[in-house]
Amino acid sequence: MPTTPLLKAGQAVLRWLFMLFVAYPLVLLGLGLRVRHRERLPAQGPAIVVANHNSHLDFMVLLSLFPFLSVPRVRPAAAADYFCKVKWFEWLARNFVGILPIVRGGAQKGEADPLSACYRALEAGQILLIFPEGTRGQPEQLAELKPGIWHLARRFPEVPIVPVFMHGLGRALPRGSFVPVPFQVKVAVGQPVPLLPDKADFLVSLRNAFEYLRGKVAPPAPAEEDEDQSGAEEKSEEFTKNVSC
Amino acid sequence: MHGILAYAFGGILALLVVASAVTALLIRRQPERSYTSVKLRIQTWWWLAGLLFLALSFDPLVALGLTAFVSYLGFKEFVSLVPTRPADNPTLLLAYLAIPVQYLWVHMAWYGMFIIFIPVYVFLLLPLRMVVAGETRGFLRAAGTLHWGLMTTVFSISHLAYLLALPEHAGAHGPVRGELLVFYLLVLTQLNDVAQFLWGKLLGRRAIAPRVSPNKTLEGLLGGILTTTLLAWLLAPWLTPFSARDAVLAGLLISLCGFTGDVVISAIKRDIGVKDSGRLLPGHGGALDRLDSLTYTAPLFFHFIYYFYY
Repeated sequence: MPTTPLLKAGQAVLRWLFMLFVAYPLVLLGLGLRVRHRERLPAQGPAIVVANHNSHLDFMVLLSLFPFLSVPRVRPAAAADYFCKVKWFEWLARNFVGILPIVRGGAQKGEADPLSACYRALEAGQILLIFPEGTRGQPEQLAELKPGIWHLARRFPEVPIVPVFMHGLGRALPRGSFVPVPFQVKVAVGQPVPLLPDKADFLVSLRNAFEYLRGKVAPPAPAEEDEDQSGAEEKSEEFTKNVSC
Repeated sequence: MHGILAYAFGGILALLVVASAVTALLIRRQPERSYTSVKLRIQTWWWLAGLLFLALSFDPLVALGLTAFVSYLGFKEFVSLVPTRPADNPTLLLAYLAIPVQYLWVHMAWYGMFIIFIPVYVFLLLPLRMVVAGETRGFLRAAGTLHWGLMTTVFSISHLAYLLALPEHAGAHGPVRGELLVFYLLVLTQLNDVAQFLWGKLLGRRAIAPRVSPNKTLEGLLGGILTTTLLAWLLAPWLTPFSARDAVLAGLLISLCGFTGDVVISAIKRDIGVKDSGRLLPGHGGALDRLDSLTYTAPLFFHFIYYFYY
């Protein structure tokens, strides 16, 4: 992490450039967003935003949800084994995207705490973006949640954990494909998930929060006006099934 | 800017000012009733009118680019709504690529290619790409929906841009250029929607398509046809080369086909299980919710005028 104010300012400029020339064009023109409850996103750090993970575009969608000026204070956590394999790529990811590298499986290998970069970011009052599934997994499916988020939350019990569910990115750029296809993305931001003393309980409640938000965005939006919607409910079930198979 | 077009936009401005004033008055008179949807809708009309002004006031290339972008937004909305198979992603990219190519033919004013590119070449090419991908389950459905989306959002809408490529034609009040025709078609199509909605609210009794679109009434449709045809006849001498008879025919064509496009897109939304196609246009829904009537009126109006006048 940069230490001098000059370096910090330089990194902020690089991150704004990334937003202006890569993230916004891709996310707003290439995909198009429909966001529910954007106001629930934390305006101030320290805070943790947890999201489902289906695509390399996920972090760009999440970053573009925040106000432009606060983007440099939002830090996506990313797998070190993926992003830090090649030196120049790591430099780009660190400076243009501001990633915090996490060493996957590092705790078992007896290395230093894999989350230490995240601790420092939260202590500095930044907003942390974390994908608790740890990997992109199958298109539009929620994989098993990794317990790292619970350890992080226990260390910072006052920091709110805000869940975000994104739908459509598994269609736009699924794992294994390299050219994004324009598809609209629906995003739902939830209420903060309370910290629970038991690890398994906490992961279940986090999963429930994701499933609840999925219900808000995965089926087509329900009727808001007086028009009759008979049949729409069953149809939406069918629709999601078709999409995910 | 074309002198007549300046007056035409003046008319739009007046119409929007009146609409906003009436809404403001209604909100003050009846604070207990909610007019949020109406207010949002009119606000969005202001934006759309501004966009049209932007499109028609500068180089035709600006109008062309904006129309292509509208096609892109419509097609993106369409493929996001319909179920697609993961194996179709490469085919979808090819379909997206058809958008700039179709508008390139418009820019070149290459009528022959413009008119067969999507209905013939793209129609035959996309299934080939799907065969290469190799997934046969749901093949026909995928090929059909994809091409349907291209035909409505790209092929139909691109006729709007081709009006700009038509040569000048003598009219009652000076030469008629493509911009005037685009203005005539767009304003009549959109006002027809509004007129049908308002007449339906005012007098609507008999539902005309209860299973597809329960808010559409026979009274609304007839009121819309009368209003639009009257307006088509009144505006024609300034904006088109039409004789009085042809202006009435054009008005009937726009109002009837506008209604048809509206209910056809409604049927598709109902099939998919959504009410609005998106949230791009506050108060209206998505881009498709505004383009629905145009998917019918743009190609049919174009061929009407192309056959009789060019």
